[in-house]
Amino acid sequence: MLTYTIRRLLGALPTLLIIVAVAFFMMRLAPGGPFDQERALPPAIEANIAARYDLDKPLVVQFVLYLGNVLQGDFGPSFKSRDFSVNELIAQGFPVSLRLGGLAMLLAIVVGVSAGATAALRQNSGYDYGVMAVAMTGITIPNFVMAPLLTLVLGVYLGLLPVGGWGDLRHMILPVIALALPQVAYVARLTRGSMIEVLRSNFIRTARAKGLPERVTLMRHAMRAALLPVVSYLGPATAGIITGSVVIEQIFGLPGMGRYFVLGALNRDYTLVMGTVIFFGVLIIVFNMLVDLIYGLLDPKVRYD
Amino acid sequence: MPDNSPATSNAAANNGDTAPVLAVENLVTRFDVPDGEVCAVNDVSFTIDEGETIGVVGESGSGKSQVFMSVMGLLASNGAANGRVRYRGQDILGLPPQRLNRIRGAKMSMIFQDPMTSLNPYLKISRQLNEVLVQHKGMSETEAMNRSVEMLDLVRIPEARRRITMYPHEFSGGMRQRVMIAMALLCQPDLLIADEPSTALDVTVQAQILDLMRDLKRELNTAIVMITHDLGVIAGLSDRVMVMYGGTVVEAGTVREIFYNPQHPYTEGLLKSMPRLDDSRRGVLPTIPGQPPNLQHLPAGCSFRPRCTYAFERCETEVPPLTRFGEDRAKACHLESL
Amino acid sequence: MTATHPEIDVDAGKAVKGRSLWADALYRLRQNRAAMAGLFTLLAIALLSVFGPLFSPHAYDDVYWGYISHAPTLENGGHLFGTDGNGRDLLTRVLIGGRISLMVGILATLVSLVIGVAYGATAGYFGGRVDSLMMRFVDILYSLPFMFFVIMLMVVFGRNILLIFIALGLVEWLDMARIVRGQTLSLKRKEFIEAAHACGVGTPKIIRRHIIPNTLGPVIVYMTLTVPKVILIESFLSFLGLGVQEPMTSWGVLIKDGADNMESSPWMLIFPAIFLATTLFCLNFIGDGLRDALDPKDR
Repeated sequence: MLTYTIRRLLGALPTLLIIVAVAFFMMRLAPGGPFDQERALPPAIEANIAARYDLDKPLVVQFVLYLGNVLQGDFGPSFKSRDFSVNELIAQGFPVSLRLGGLAMLLAIVVGVSAGATAALRQNSGYDYGVMAVAMTGITIPNFVMAPLLTLVLGVYLGLLPVGGWGDLRHMILPVIALALPQVAYVARLTRGSMIEVLRSNFIRTARAKGLPERVTLMRHAMRAALLPVVSYLGPATAGIITGSVVIEQIFGLPGMGRYFVLGALNRDYTLVMGTVIFFGVLIIVFNMLVDLIYGLLDPKVRYD
Repeated sequence: MPDNSPATSNAAANNGDTAPVLAVENLVTRFDVPDGEVCAVNDVSFTIDEGETIGVVGESGSGKSQVFMSVMGLLASNGAANGRVRYRGQDILGLPPQRLNRIRGAKMSMIFQDPMTSLNPYLKISRQLNEVLVQHKGMSETEAMNRSVEMLDLVRIPEARRRITMYPHEFSGGMRQRVMIAMALLCQPDLLIADEPSTALDVTVQAQILDLMRDLKRELNTAIVMITHDLGVIAGLSDRVMVMYGGTVVEAGTVREIFYNPQHPYTEGLLKSMPRLDDSRRGVLPTIPGQPPNLQHLPAGCSFRPRCTYAFERCETEVPPLTRFGEDRAKACHLESL
Repeated sequence: MTATHPEIDVDAGKAVKGRSLWADALYRLRQNRAAMAGLFTLLAIALLSVFGPLFSPHAYDDVYWGYISHAPTLENGGHLFGTDGNGRDLLTRVLIGGRISLMVGILATLVSLVIGVAYGATAGYFGGRVDSLMMRFVDILYSLPFMFFVIMLMVVFGRNILLIFIALGLVEWLDMARIVRGQTLSLKRKEFIEAAHACGVGTPKIIRRHIIPNTLGPVIVYMTLTVPKVILIESFLSFLGLGVQEPMTSWGVLIKDGADNMESSPWMLIFPAIFLATTLFCLNFIGDGLRDALDPKDR
């Protein structure tokens, strides 16, 4: 298990390297170069950047140096927010994004799995069709459309929830729902499909023939098998939630990483964009790895050698 | 009609201990399919006595498995069974699952054709065995574990204590079927239903599993139903044989009678198409011409008529009822005798 | 290709008349009501978007100072969807936005098709080490946070609509490559290909008669499912202000404007949202319908 984890970590290195390389060289390809600004930068920052990126050295050397800094977790100073380093901005934004994304993920798993599983148990019932229709809607309608619509109905017309702002839990509800909805829908559809398949499988027939109570048959025998595809979906789900958080934070004005990222992109804050992309990339890779490990724990057929 | 069945004749009324282990009367099993209804089992009646072994023979689609799926309450969701099924005098057909579960797995258990997929691949063997004992016998996990290991020893799994902690994929097909048999026998049931237990296995492993069944039959006083399409499987194992065709029983009798004196053309065809070592005939192995009947559109009259070499006019219009003749025999054929 | 379905004879024994694979698929597609409804609705939206603005009394960038953020009205030549914050006719803008969104969807999908088919067919055709190397590269690309790279592209090269096509095509070719590669690989080993070779059928003919028709099904299905994905990403970028730029517009831009003004002028959000959602629904229904029609075993 440990060796497997280490091997997976090593296997992720090329991906990581590519992310950093693409980010770095793309920035260098920018017309005129990111460091020759149309507007003169304050000399302090210019000096900072010049020192930071060793602009006098050949490109490859610069890349290696940048890579070294990134590996030490240093993304350098922000281009536009003068008094902040990229690290500081990430440190500020990440807890907010983590809370938002974590809650959305939790919601997606809990609601998605229970809705999908119950729909599978009542296949072709009205309830089943209802769940599938909602899931279809959730998958099709992107969250940047869903978020304002939800806000309009629940926040503006019905006045149930605060429309924007950041603070207590009530402010979290709308963003979390809007962010989670597509994932809830995917998880529900996935769970329903795999549950239907599992319920038809021979080992469930065996469990019934053994005279086990239906609850045990479902929870012990069917659920575990039905959840495997859901577990492998958690990797893509993380990527989806991270991407979604960018737009959700924007809509609800939450001070998270995604917001900084968009601001950085609109302001052409190259270092911030680069740093955030690498950070998100690492996050996705790490999460994919975790998912693989969890999958291995659930499926005895996966071997670690 | 049940009185016409030879099996019910030697069964006393349904009072207490003298009641047969299983009594099936006029069982009809239908499936809803997109373009209508399929009648998989059509008016089947029989009884099984204490410690008796019955072979149920027929081609695929003859309804032989569905009879016992109905009995065990394991029909697919589009299936429905009607008629009467009694376990030791107690009606069990259509019982709600909670009540049926007191019998399933404890008094009456079933093993299936495909041992590769019939065990849960995600749970250890110990878990899958022990849960039966915990459920039906209220044993603790430790007691259950000891009993399960004993059972694996009984079905001759080597190093049972070590192997019980493994997962199904670490066992071979034959070993998995042994695990299934052990699982079915854990609570010492009165009736073991084996649905083609050896069909999916290699020939040598098949023989081993059948040997095991034969030994278990001797050692335990469990009634066994052996469902198969292979008469050879039944020969050395069964007391009585029931031949099914197109959802109905076409012939029943003792294994000796069926083998040496078949009285239904279908049984005769089955026997003739069996390769035999003691046969001096040479050349092509005879087969039964034609296809098994379409259960959705059964031919009028006798369902075997289109494939029967003896068929005459009466066979085209009139369904032959299962009729007793001789000692403990019955057949569904208009012919006086073959 | 005949569209009429030969009646299935209930009497067993009578053979059902054979149909070509494509006629069969077309029949199944026609039977799928959701897919057919989706197809017609989508056609209507596409025709409206392409020709609608020509008949509109307003140009998409005409500004009416007297009608700023006006609710739907029949005045002033009619603003059926109301006007936006700059006093421009929303209906015309929604239709113009539809042009952009659909065009991006189709063109970017074509880009992904070209790259994906070329890459996948090469990997599948050569097989062996070349294949495993090429597919390993695809695997690595899969694990990258692509949306962010597209955004970076926009940042670096400016927000240019041509770039959107290319960027989105560059992102979406991975699945296509996998599908085509898998198909080519399995077809190469099929007996009927060998049989055709053995019969002296020339390579171009084999490719035309056997390889292409057999790869086409999954590719078509995947293409229909790529279009909504691409439209979605374009709207996403435009929503963030990184896509199509003023005064040109797309559904993403309009939804962004609508979201900003939804409390005072909800129509600015609702109409573009309806158009985008309907289009996405239609494309998904058509894609699912095509998949069921072309690959009935995978229902």
